[in-house]
Amino acid sequence: MGKTLLDKVWDLHTVRELPSGQTQLFIGLHLIHEVTSPQGFQMLTDAGLPVLFPQRTFATVDHIVPTDGSKRPLMDGLAEQMLSTLERNVRKHEIEFFPVGSGAQGIVHVIGPELGLTCPGMTIACGDSHTSTHGAFGAVAFGIGTSQVRDVLASQCLALDRPRVRRIRVSGTLGFGVYAKDVILHIIRTLGVKGGVGYAYEYAGSVIESFSMEERLTLCNMSIEGGARVGYVNPDQKTFEYLRGRRFAPQGEAFERAVRWWSSIASDPDAEYADQVEIEGASIPPSVTWGINPGQAIGIDEKIPTLAELRGGDRSSAEEAIRFMEFKPGHPIRGTPIDVAFIGSCTNGRLSDLREAARVARGRRVAANVRALVVPGSEEVKRQAEAEGLHEIFLEAGFQWREAGCSMCLAMNPDKLVGREICASSSNRNFRGRQGSPTGRTLLMSPAMVAAAAIEGRVTDVRELLR
Amino acid sequence: MSAIERIERRSGRAIVVRGDDIDTDQIIPARYMRSITFSGLEEHVFTDARRDADDIPKDHPFNEERFRGASILVVNRNFGCGSSREHAPQALMRWGMRALVGESFAEIFLGNCVAMGLVAATAAGDDVAALMDAIELDPTQEVTLDLVAMTVSSRAGTARIMLPEGARRQLLDGSWDGTRTLLVEPDAIRETAARLPYLAGF
Repeated sequence: MGKTLLDKVWDLHTVRELPSGQTQLFIGLHLIHEVTSPQGFQMLTDAGLPVLFPQRTFATVDHIVPTDGSKRPLMDGLAEQMLSTLERNVRKHEIEFFPVGSGAQGIVHVIGPELGLTCPGMTIACGDSHTSTHGAFGAVAFGIGTSQVRDVLASQCLALDRPRVRRIRVSGTLGFGVYAKDVILHIIRTLGVKGGVGYAYEYAGSVIESFSMEERLTLCNMSIEGGARVGYVNPDQKTFEYLRGRRFAPQGEAFERAVRWWSSIASDPDAEYADQVEIEGASIPPSVTWGINPGQAIGIDEKIPTLAELRGGDRSSAEEAIRFMEFKPGHPIRGTPIDVAFIGSCTNGRLSDLREAARVARGRRVAANVRALVVPGSEEVKRQAEAEGLHEIFLEAGFQWREAGCSMCLAMNPDKLVGREICASSSNRNFRGRQGSPTGRTLLMSPAMVAAAAIEGRVTDVRELLR
Repeated sequence: MSAIERIERRSGRAIVVRGDDIDTDQIIPARYMRSITFSGLEEHVFTDARRDADDIPKDHPFNEERFRGASILVVNRNFGCGSSREHAPQALMRWGMRALVGESFAEIFLGNCVAMGLVAATAAGDDVAALMDAIELDPTQEVTLDLVAMTVSSRAGTARIMLPEGARRQLLDGSWDGTRTLLVEPDAIRETAARLPYLAGF
């Protein structure tokens, strides 16, 4: 019987079986940022321990950075303190850091792949739940808490239970105007926000194979929203070509040797899965969330469900969602007026996302009552977008063109919703309060759909603007 | 590192927070994570559900006098989903929680709880419902989680609880404070690193 990629990578990185029965797993790449690392470093100092493999941890700043280009010291004293603490920690422990202005700064899950740090067959951990993103390269990547950040710093290891693997095959082809974001929203809607607990999701099938690396990153990014801590795609020629020549990827002959190894860690054709799910690509519509978790999504042509239409287990969350959103069950989501449009985040802040949004925005104007932001996922994404002139399309259309960071995905910087505002957002979470206002409302959708909503001032079927 | 603490049982008064899919943004909104320590987080636990925009208290168990001093939190399904922020269980622990019982927990949240020595056990839906009702009827009663017998006891009776076996053993043998355990065999760590193609130039 063959093995899955997860099993191969897990076995290779197993240091030993712990007395608890868990695996002591070696972490090949550790990424840190300013929010979840300071307490980890403090715990390390309190324990009198050094960083065991400082050359396997890389740092950037993303959550708290202002995106309006403001300079140091940051206006927000707490943000400044977090940033300066990170700077002190990376200096003290000799950890490579990509600061603002380095050309390599950005959202940690955007820069990892961009710099060639993220490679197939690695175990990758970061104090951030969207670390599943890196699975797009055939890595086993997952989010951890701060005590675990301490553990990785101290030992380059974690104590973990091996997940089971569920293969999700998306077959056929996608319809016009349907994006990777719609695919993952559809998967979460189908399997539920807790359906993936205890599982790693292996995404397969012709739709996934045809995806670019950036589309695979969007897909794997939101695995955690379906409860799966790990999501991955088996590496293939696209993966290898993406990595060729990147700063931290193997170079020259080592690259060719790497490709041979990377090819060998893909799941075997006869691998056994704990569960398998089949989804027909053509059945996936452009999707929008109507509620307060990412599983509460519907097609743009569908109506907000009535409680009677929902599975029993989904009802209590749905009731809360209806109460909070103040949307009418049985009414269409299309046409819902929006106040803010946000294009960016580790889900959809990459070059291809900005291209798709620009395609919609080109030659059009943002509706008068809408505040619209485009926040590139990294300094490199911003540079490339500007080289293509995408920023001019956005600016002419009335979007704000910002500096790289997490921005309004979770509003730890000054970019926030105000009051009851409704935001069409390309980010990953529509949780209450997520975008900075305790009463603010978030509708998740693809970047192209966000651009369409910004132009029309209301939730719109992007296909109408693409035709 | 602190001395080894073996956790076999947790006893105390309990508090009930009903609802599925309570995410870590609800437990502690990101705006309170702008800090380099965890101290003071307890003041903001569930803050958006507890206070309105004018800072007027809303109906929420954490605002109720009768639940004051509780150390066991009883919840429903998929508690702690979303962001990996350890700030969420830290806020609960600093409020006074020593154990959670729920129908299910999100995976990263559960791992964070274990790493802090905060017990997070699951129980069957009917048992959680009965426990919730009993606690709301009489919040003064003592609730006990026994990790050896794997039971939760209250005036609703005794019900079975579950924990992933690895997590349970970590709590019982005190290895939940993980760093020490992970550093027991440094040579094995080096040997693993040495056999990884990507750390050896392929």
